Amino acid sequence: MITVKGLHKKFGQLHILKGIDLEIHKGEVVVVIGPSGSGKSTFLRCLNRLEEPTSGEIMFQGELITAKKHNINATREKMGMVFQHFNLFPHKTVLDNIMMAPIQVKKQNRSQAEATALELLQKVGLEDKRDAYPAQLSGGQKQRIAIARALAMEPHVMLFDEPTSALDPEMVGEVLEVMKSLAVGGMTMVIVTHEMGFAREVGDRILFMDQGVVVEQGTPQQVFGAPEHERTQNFLSKVL
Amino acid sequence: MDFFMEFGTMFWEYRNYFMTGLQYTLLLAALAVFCGFILGLFIALIRMSPWGIVRFFGHVWVEFLRGTPMLVQLMIVHYGLSYMFNINFSPIESGAITLSVNSSAYLAEIFRAGIQAIDRGQGEAARSLGMTQGQAMRFIIIPQAIKNVLPAIGNEFVVIVKESSIVSFIGVAELMFQAGAVQGDSYNPMTPYLIVALMYFIITFTLSRLLNRFERRLQASDNR
Repeated sequence: MITVKGLHKKFGQLHILKGIDLEIHKGEVVVVIGPSGSGKSTFLRCLNRLEEPTSGEIMFQGELITAKKHNINATREKMGMVFQHFNLFPHKTVLDNIMMAPIQVKKQNRSQAEATALELLQKVGLEDKRDAYPAQLSGGQKQRIAIARALAMEPHVMLFDEPTSALDPEMVGEVLEVMKSLAVGGMTMVIVTHEMGFAREVGDRILFMDQGVVVEQGTPQQVFGAPEHERTQNFLSKVL
Repeated sequence: MDFFMEFGTMFWEYRNYFMTGLQYTLLLAALAVFCGFILGLFIALIRMSPWGIVRFFGHVWVEFLRGTPMLVQLMIVHYGLSYMFNINFSPIESGAITLSVNSSAYLAEIFRAGIQAIDRGQGEAARSLGMTQGQAMRFIIIPQAIKNVLPAIGNEFVVIVKESSIVSFIGVAELMFQAGAVQGDSYNPMTPYLIVALMYFIITFTLSRLLNRFERRLQASDNR
């Protein structure tokens, strides 16, 4: 579904991604782990070109999305993204947050968008918050709304950029629960996270990144149970 | 007591002067606020354009208009353009143009500060949902930016009302001009100016009250 070839990203002198090659299949849940500064988030943000890759190719559903003439907006409609800091629109109600893109981008009519939005609110368990503003919600609730907002575009793949890192510990569970139900429902997902328990339970494949390269990848059993590389062993011994 | 009597008597005696002046001042201010707002937003966007040459134009616009007196700008628009290019504006047109263009520079800087203060994540979230840069600006960034800089915008509106007095120089019959006319007719150098001072104050005070109410209404989303 997504093919990445020779992906490099530099910020000035700083070489963040040093050649990533990867194939992500439909329905797969890929979890990216690694120390801070290893380039996990940058890699994820390159997938929908929030960061422009310095070189390399990314194919999505058979289209070369890194091509100069490619309309990235059309691709982003099919790639939902969830951010560490939620990034809900504070001047809009919960319902408007969710309906905004379907109405403005997909040109759905209001009643259609509202029906989908209410369905999604139910799915994330927040139907009573439809008229609340983001400032009135807890962190966990904000992130669940952010997930609903991304799902409203009916994406084919969901990208999660450390979705629970900014949450109080007691709210991490509710967000992971929603993500787990998505995974069970067959959604293709790429998740950058520090939640090792979640990675092991939900991930189909674990990617360990360090210093801009994928050091090791495999099933959770392989990577967590019997890591081959010293750097992986090192990292896991610190976080587990 | 005498003073208040005189104040009232003079206002009544010359009510036609003052009322005409009020109409022109309100018309000028309304035009300048409206056109300055639109133009200012446009210049703010130009100043953040990805193309250097366009940015440079915006930069020159702002620096020139902020760095030269409005009276000079008024003379250039009204007499200079007529002399050099045979572009003739009526005094009220010249006044409205100068006020709008001048305030657009200040408003552009206010808008730019407001837009740049919005968290980057807002634009990223909008773009990640498939919105174009234009849609993200229009629906997500600019509404929040304007809300945040509303107090500064209100300030600028008040300034526009007061600065509109400058256009009396080219003979627009607004409040300041009328005060001069009344002074000439009555030989009283104090009371006419006190009367228009009060009238300016009533306009600006009402304006800032209105903006305050508007601000509070926009703050609905801040309630926790």
